[in-house]
Amino acid sequence: MRQKVTAGLIATYAVLVALALVYIYPFLIAVIGSFKTDSQATNDPMSLIPSPFTAAAYERLFFDTDLPLWAMNSVFIAVVVTVARVFFDSLAGYALSRLQFAGRSVVFSLFIAVMAVPSVVLMVPRFLVIKQLGMFDTYFGMILPLLVDAAGIFIMKQFFDSIPVSIEEAARLDGAGVFRRFWSVTLPMATPALITLTILSFQGSWNEFAHFIISRQSPELHTLTTGVGALVSGQLGSGNQFPLKLAAAVLMTIPVAVLFFIFQRRIMSTSEGAEKG
Amino acid sequence: MSSTTTAPATRRRRGGLNKGETGAGWLFVSPAIVIVGVFLVAPILLALWVSFTNWNGRFSPINNPRVDFVGMENYAKITTEDGLIQQLFGRSIRNNVYYVLLVVPLQTALALFLAIQVNRRMLKAKSFFRTAFYFPSVTSSIAITGVFMFLFQASGVVNAVLGWFSIHGPNWFADPSGVLHKILGWFGLSSAPAGWEKPGFLGVSTWDWLGGPSVAQCVLIIMAVFTTSGTFMLLFLAGLQNIGSEVGEAAVMDGATGWKTFWHVTLPMLKPTLFTVLTLGLIGTWQVFDQVYLTRGTPAAATLTSPAYLAYDQAFSSNRPGVAAAIAFVLFLIIIVMTLLQRFVLADRDPSGYGRDRKAKKKAKGATS
Repeated sequence: MRQKVTAGLIATYAVLVALALVYIYPFLIAVIGSFKTDSQATNDPMSLIPSPFTAAAYERLFFDTDLPLWAMNSVFIAVVVTVARVFFDSLAGYALSRLQFAGRSVVFSLFIAVMAVPSVVLMVPRFLVIKQLGMFDTYFGMILPLLVDAAGIFIMKQFFDSIPVSIEEAARLDGAGVFRRFWSVTLPMATPALITLTILSFQGSWNEFAHFIISRQSPELHTLTTGVGALVSGQLGSGNQFPLKLAAAVLMTIPVAVLFFIFQRRIMSTSEGAEKG
Repeated sequence: MSSTTTAPATRRRRGGLNKGETGAGWLFVSPAIVIVGVFLVAPILLALWVSFTNWNGRFSPINNPRVDFVGMENYAKITTEDGLIQQLFGRSIRNNVYYVLLVVPLQTALALFLAIQVNRRMLKAKSFFRTAFYFPSVTSSIAITGVFMFLFQASGVVNAVLGWFSIHGPNWFADPSGVLHKILGWFGLSSAPAGWEKPGFLGVSTWDWLGGPSVAQCVLIIMAVFTTSGTFMLLFLAGLQNIGSEVGEAAVMDGATGWKTFWHVTLPMLKPTLFTVLTLGLIGTWQVFDQVYLTRGTPAAATLTSPAYLAYDQAFSSNRPGVAAAIAFVLFLIIIVMTLLQRFVLADRDPSGYGRDRKAKKKAKGATS
């Protein structure tokens, strides 16, 4: 392919580099700001070199706030939700794709309809049910409503639809039951979809906020989102302690950022896969 | 059930793999059905009931003698009945309308622009640019809000940059004035014309309806565009790659310029993606909550509320679950109407598909008669 350097191409690069800077800068300045002193962050937010360089904000986060506890809650909830979602969504997706059963189309329509209900609209209604069930302010109330996700079921069904049935036929002739065929034959073939679902579920439950605002109350049940949320909005007396807030934002971003960079190719696969094909 | 045992064997052979799949099928979907039933369907039904009652949030709303069915009273409180709740609701709708009107077009246009740029064949470091633009979509709204509150503080980064251009930036989160009011103020029109300051539709005065987003809300608008454009860029990118470059090249061969190719070839072919992006955008922007919740302590908070936040506030701070449920349902209705409306508008403007067909037929009819 001949590479002709045109004015248009240079302009494109200029615009894209400028835009990329705009997109990256807030994260960069957050990391830098988190190592500044309170007064430097407030009075000199632009400078790219913290002077003095201090990790005091991180120290305060670990020793003066409950951030370690919030992080543990977030990890616990995100792991349980992710594992359950991947399993239950696959089960349901498999049944909807492969098994002939009375009422299948009704169930499928139900899931599609449910996907259309905006989650924020469900916030207050869900609280009512969680409270009626006596699950308010418990891990159950925080976790159970997130265990299944209709969009995930849809992704898995679509993927199972694309796997040929013939392989399963062979397993059936060898005497494998339904669950065996699902677990040992078809599910392993769905690894790409499972990885996608894992990433989406982890990212979703890690970043979940509104649901944890309405399903819990005790400080012990704070997750990173609600805990850092309280910190950011100044409820914890954090006022103008910007380094503290920025450090918290940086810390809660790290796990999803790591996941993102590991699986970047897969996340971007919508575009890159098509490009190669 | 006897009919299934004698059912034609052909049906079973065609689709299923084994006998007795009904049991397994239901077993497999049962966890999903239980969760969806208990935490999605039941809440909707319970909330629908609560929205028609005067339940005070104590004890059970069902089978409780102290809970009365009040019909549309809660709905009237937020829409037709003059009072504080109507005003709060009206203001939240007003704020959200400006938020939607600005965020949806901006995020869609920016996402499309980014997608077209990073899809250029000549471009190197594509994956770097894609990563940079997508990354904000991965991070939590809480972290981003925290960072933006830092960037937009009175002596913050944004105002420092504005200072380079000799612009004196506002104290963003403390400035509740509407942007359009501000612009009118520059032309000497700083107060409402006679009669415009009286409570109007939903208890909000005409002057306030026309105020534009508040300065504080502009930060939330920028933040929304910043965090969503990457996701939508990926959707457009997928759409562009489905089209392939041949179509565009053919158009160029036919003498079309870049802009013409985009407007008459690329954009019409991206219509399905555009529809998805606009729908997701509309649904998302009508649900703004996290950012509003986090900035509720700022001086300009009243200009940031949204129906979603107001529903939360009424349920938890003001102890009016009925009103909260009513707001949730009105919000749901708004979202459905918006989606349908947008589907209708896009179908009608379709230059290649159904809409144009219909118009062409109409024209043909007119010509013959």
